[in-house]
Amino acid sequence: MSRRTSAILWGVLGVLAVVLLWEGYKALGPAEGVVIGAVPGEAGSGVLILPRTHDRAMPHVWDMVARLFAPTSGGSTPPLWVSVLGAAGLTLGIAAVGWVIGVVVGGVLGALMQRWRLLEWGLLPWIVVSQTVPLIAFAPIVNSMGLQLGRGGGFEWPQWVSVAVIASYLAFFPVAIGVLRGLAAPDRIHLDLLRSYAAGYGATLWRLRLPAAVPYLLPALRLAAANAVVGAVVAEVSIGMRGGIGRMLLQLAGQASADPAAPWGPTFGAIALGLVAAGSVALLGLGLRRYRRGEATA
Amino acid sequence: MSTESTTGSGATTRATGVPSAADPAAPALRATGVGKSFTARKGEVVALTGVELEVAPGEFVSLIGPSGCGKSTLLRLIADLDAPTSGELTIFGKPAHQARLDQDYGIAFQQAGLLPWRSVGANIALPLELHGVERAARAARVAELAELVGLTEFVDRHPDELSGGMQQRVAIARSLAAKPRLLLMDEPFGALDEMTREYLQSELARIAAETGAAVVFVTHSIPEAVFLSDRVVVMSPRPGRITDVVATPLGARRDDGLRESPEYYAHVTAVREALHGTPTHRPGEP
Repeated sequence: MSRRTSAILWGVLGVLAVVLLWEGYKALGPAEGVVIGAVPGEAGSGVLILPRTHDRAMPHVWDMVARLFAPTSGGSTPPLWVSVLGAAGLTLGIAAVGWVIGVVVGGVLGALMQRWRLLEWGLLPWIVVSQTVPLIAFAPIVNSMGLQLGRGGGFEWPQWVSVAVIASYLAFFPVAIGVLRGLAAPDRIHLDLLRSYAAGYGATLWRLRLPAAVPYLLPALRLAAANAVVGAVVAEVSIGMRGGIGRMLLQLAGQASADPAAPWGPTFGAIALGLVAAGSVALLGLGLRRYRRGEATA
Repeated sequence: MSTESTTGSGATTRATGVPSAADPAAPALRATGVGKSFTARKGEVVALTGVELEVAPGEFVSLIGPSGCGKSTLLRLIADLDAPTSGELTIFGKPAHQARLDQDYGIAFQQAGLLPWRSVGANIALPLELHGVERAARAARVAELAELVGLTEFVDRHPDELSGGMQQRVAIARSLAAKPRLLLMDEPFGALDEMTREYLQSELARIAAETGAAVVFVTHSIPEAVFLSDRVVVMSPRPGRITDVVATPLGARRDDGLRESPEYYAHVTAVREALHGTPTHRPGEP
């Protein structure tokens, strides 16, 4: 069996295992879950240690799939999967813009820090700290700053730009670290060699440091893609932007008691979004294959 | 990285971009009173002191000595990869710094140091590319060099598909790319097996003769030094310095027959005695 077929087989088996686990527990578990320490007569007391299994809490997998083909919100509205696709596409586009901003900013920061040790000492701690700021608090600030900026400059600051900026805020971090480490990766002998050719910083960067950094860059770019998607979804929710997958998820989750299978549509959409984002970076790695000679193919 | 301002003339020539003409009568290398010390935690460490050396154009000179004698340090100073703390180094009459900017020397190290993502041909072409040689001229020179080191069928391969000996041949071809009149080699065959080593020694002797380049060759093998060199410079550690220079005039015939000739053995003995500082006592002799 070829590597490719076995990879596909394992992927299918993984999904099947999750489905079986879900349906298995649903069939065997108690409908109201297991609650310990509940006071009789007092609603919501005690600690739920095993989830409820009735259809409102855990819809059947086939219901979730069937719901994808039913109208989004009744009547003659388009099927759910079409709405999910549109929302996921919008979020993916915004995440991609955030990814590009993050890669550029992270790349420049990483290169500067690698070139001047003093900058590394000065900047790196701040870059690390920047990632500890909770996004949920930070997103509205970015949005209102953008609005202020727009009002002052006499133009309208679109909400999606705020979302992209927040996505880039998460995306730039792995890139900055990856570039910093990657550009410092060349062997001493190669640096000596380029110096013996009287190559300047630019020539050394282009012909030696960047190619040598590729094995560090690809995982960084993949992380950045995943971060950009997470950042975009969370930012959409927290600044209340319409049309994206985050907002859709929130909206349908609010109606879950009446339509329990519906929120699973955008959930699948968000998963697909992450896969597409990571897959795009994998394609990039395929294009840069020759810079990864000697590296195990992943 | 060491300072770029060790010599005054470097900056001016770099600005105009015109290589300064080498003095044809000047020696390939002249070192006067060259010293190098490092500041370590325990104070000053003298790696090299009072080096006086002259290498004529086309001459093959080996630097030999135990580890720590500063032979590699001296080579790095000649290549302007490090700056000397004292003394002066000139290459064809130019300061070492200027010689590096003008690509007056080619260099090879113990590791081949090929870029793994470049094909053999692209690796050989790297110094030419960096000096703005145009594509057609580059391709022609690469073909010529691949022929010289016997790797014509391998120009499109990548380094990881080559044996250690073949990689080192690529490194030698690369060091010759810009037609330097001085070759600097730091134990280039040190990591190879004995058979490959002897083969490449013969190849290098042939290549050096064909190109007419002067060679400064660092090694810790006495037979290797004698086989290849016109002169063997013997060095000694703590502090690193030149203790003796042994002339090994074996003429132009550097082939396997030479390895078994009596004069070759005589020179090997002379270098060994110079290294140990005393005449070697042979069993069965008074």
